[in-house]
Amino acid sequence: MTHPNALLHRRDVVNELLRARGDLLVIAGLGAPNWDVSAAGDHPNNFPLWGAMGAASMIGLGLAMAQPKRRVLVITGDGEMLMSIGALATIAVEKPANLTIAVLDNERFGETGMQKTHTAAGVDLAAMAAAAGIRTSRVVRTQAEVTGIRDLAHQGSGPVFAQIKIHPEALVFVMPPADGVILTTRFRQSVLGESALYN
Amino acid sequence: MADIGAKTGGQGSSPPALPTWPDEVYRALKDAGVRQVAMVPDAGHSRLIRSFEADPETRLVTLTTEEEGVAMLAGAWLGGERGVLLLQSSGVGNCINMLSLPAICHMPLLMIVTMRGDWGEFNPWQIPMGQGTRAVLEAMGVIVTRADEPDLVASTVQGAANLAFNTWRPAAVLIGQRVLGAKNFKELARK
Repeated sequence: MTHPNALLHRRDVVNELLRARGDLLVIAGLGAPNWDVSAAGDHPNNFPLWGAMGAASMIGLGLAMAQPKRRVLVITGDGEMLMSIGALATIAVEKPANLTIAVLDNERFGETGMQKTHTAAGVDLAAMAAAAGIRTSRVVRTQAEVTGIRDLAHQGSGPVFAQIKIHPEALVFVMPPADGVILTTRFRQSVLGESALYN
Repeated sequence: MADIGAKTGGQGSSPPALPTWPDEVYRALKDAGVRQVAMVPDAGHSRLIRSFEADPETRLVTLTTEEEGVAMLAGAWLGGERGVLLLQSSGVGNCINMLSLPAICHMPLLMIVTMRGDWGEFNPWQIPMGQGTRAVLEAMGVIVTRADEPDLVASTVQGAANLAFNTWRPAAVLIGQRVLGAKNFKELARK
């Protein structure tokens, strides 16, 4: 049992979010969230980003609207979410019931030298999401609360937003395919079937 | 044809006819199978936006900034739906890095851009981005076509839609101010 105030470890968090993932569709933001999702197991229903910083949550919205019967989970970082903070307003207005956004908040730009982000100075992403109108919006500090977000992502009524406070640790990179065409094609083939291969 | 009098409330005896090319564009987009419309409004898109507002088959999403739409339509494509991004030329600048996404993933992206900062522009602040619009798009790998006559807008959109959705590439249509009618704020200010 860890100390109740100890920060969560990011790969424990992601492993729990993706436990028994079923047909969950996952968008991973660039950098460490991509490596974390890949460490939990590369999967055709993952769309891990290697660039386009700020894209993750809005890719999640477009996907959630196109596939209303599937569950969509966006796993991204605090820096990536801050870059597209307006997307929280757009998503709050659209109210996608099948979309969960989980921000792994280490309060750092992890890929560039661990510089502090705005959340290190107290910027409260969960409060911003709630103020935008995302009613289920939480700050998460324990593994039990992570399980709650995991369950909401799989069967709750979205949109759901979680700001998960994690340890600012630098872990070994676990990389999925990097080519955009491969990632796009295998995802579409998995979700849409063989017809996705034909123009 | 939108004339300047129509935009500035000319005092003719009968109201000028409203341009109907946006209705043809709406039909072309419906025929192309568009289901998601992402937009930051522009006056030049207002009639087309009203058509989509009245269309229960289409999801119309207002963005806080245009690059959100590039990402949203990538998500739509991953989920098997087609979409269109409606924006003003100034918003093209906001999209630059996000255009990496359709470029590197070979995803279709259809953008319809109403121009400012070209023919008849009176606001100097619109000039830099308006004059840079085509160069920015082409630098990021977007195939650009342009319509400067009302009668050619719908067919230009249809061609760009076919290009985007059949070859899985980003494509943009620029609709010139000659089609939209240039604003004349000095005239407005005198009223």
